Amino acid sequence: MSTLAAVSPGMQVELAPEQREAQRIFRGWVDEHVVPHAERWDRDGAIDRSLIDELRRRRWLGAPVAAEAGGGGMDLVTYGLLTEELGRGCSSVRSLLTVHDMAALSVARWGSPELRDEMLAPLARGEVLGALGLSEPNVGSDAARVETVARKQGDGYVLDGHKKWMTFGQVADCFLVLAQLEGAATAFLVPTDAPGFSRSAQEPPAGTRASLLAELHLDGCAVAARHRLGRVGFGFSHVISSALDHGRYSVAWGSVGIAQACLEACLDYTAERRQGGKLLREHQLVQQMLTEMIANSRAARLLCCRAGHLRRTGDPGATAETMIAKYFASRTATAAARDAIQLHGANGLTDAYPVGRYLRDSLVTEIIEGSTQIQQISIPLMVPADL
Amino acid sequence: MDDRKQKIKLFLSRFFRNHDLAHDEDIFALGFVNSLLAMQLVQFVEKEFGVTVEDDDLDLDNFRSIDAIDRLVEGKLAPTP
Ligand SMILES: Cc1cc2nc3c(=O)[nH]c(=O)nc-3n(C[C@H](O)[C@H](O)[C@H](O)COP(=O)(O)OP(=O)(O)OC[C@H]3O[C@@H](n4cnc5c(N)ncnc54)[C@H](O)[C@@H]3O)c2cc1C
Repeated sequence: MSTLAAVSPGMQVELAPEQREAQRIFRGWVDEHVVPHAERWDRDGAIDRSLIDELRRRRWLGAPVAAEAGGGGMDLVTYGLLTEELGRGCSSVRSLLTVHDMAALSVARWGSPELRDEMLAPLARGEVLGALGLSEPNVGSDAARVETVARKQGDGYVLDGHKKWMTFGQVADCFLVLAQLEGAATAFLVPTDAPGFSRSAQEPPAGTRASLLAELHLDGCAVAARHRLGRVGFGFSHVISSALDHGRYSVAWGSVGIAQACLEACLDYTAERRQGGKLLREHQLVQQMLTEMIANSRAARLLCCRAGHLRRTGDPGATAETMIAKYFASRTATAAARDAIQLHGANGLTDAYPVGRYLRDSLVTEIIEGSTQIQQISIPLMVPADL
Repeated sequence: MDDRKQKIKLFLSRFFRNHDLAHDEDIFALGFVNSLLAMQLVQFVEKEFGVTVEDDDLDLDNFRSIDAIDRLVEGKLAPTP
């Protein structure tokens, strides 16, 4: 036997047969249930509530939570493929999974035994919807410095503050909230039926318009002691950090979905529109733009696959690789969307084609879960996994 | 065990390039440690040594130096009475 034959397979860049099959199912489902409605949801500023029920029925809310905890136990690359397909169809739908799973995984990882008993299984099954309550009117990128305060009262805590931009905040049942407890950033799971909790709907922003954004008003909002996540003072460095790490993984895959959607729209359009006596796709400068889109979307997908593989094995370099994937994929999405509009000419700026929505949605991916600039100042400080 | 300290040192040395980290050196005093390293340290300890970092272990003193991390792992691997 030659020495080479004894070498283990090494880096896997192909999907396993089961992952391919799952991808086929996700793709078919998104084409049937999401793509035909995405334009209307975007216009109306809301997805259909029945879609949330359907996602729950399919066990796609809480999919990455371990099966023992009641979750889908989906392997993280397969979960990425699901996220890509949803992102290809509608970024607002993708963002529902992003924030719900951030909350569910946080309870699984950092929740007290009592909180896990109470909330984990319903979150893992999507029966209770979770969301992220981090940002505030005055606090975005510098999230560790939230102004919301918590104080100890009796056996529990009381929170006061104002949160803004909560994705699916209009319908979530609980929020992962960061507050300062005696000056130390601390995380809580705040249920919407807590006394002193109220919320108000926000106007849909330009991108992910259908994601039912809400502001949260915490006015003497009382939560039980078991609703604190992690230790006092470790709310940002550990609880929110690991939630954002998952969020970046989700947004990275969702961005690949946007880039893929742009590519498909452009392949269709340039194969039917003629200028200068030939199809657009026969013009060399058009081919160049298509090539950029093809190469970059593939590169982004591979970075996501690798991050997924490292996350699955618990590699400490997974956080850095996920950041790199998010950084590259979100920039790929915005570049692809901009080129997609260019290739559609004036039509690209109308509602008759989806590429305008892709651009608006892609812009969000460069702002959330750490903006492009925040990634640029963080990635050099991280230690990536060995390649 | 020295082998364990060696592994911890190897991991930390990727953050503190060009600096020969002493076993009792306070890594937080070196500047450079951000919240991302804090999280990566937890992931490293869990993956490399097969232990679970619990809420009560989340004390900066447990992660302050190679010796401190080694003690944390030692304690977690010790059979509970
Ligand atoms: C559609 C949408 C959904 C959202 N959903 C949620 C949610 O579910 N939960 C939640 O908590 N939040 C949510 N957010 C808020 C989001 O997390 C913040 O928008 C994000 O953290 C950026 O903060 P900011 O918008 O306040 O921008 P700022 O932090 O004010 O940044 C403004 C600009 O300055 C740059 N900048 C900031 N700091 C630095 C620096 N140190 N160096 C260089 N450049 C810097 C930024 O990159 C950016 O370009 C959502 C936002 C949007 C648009």
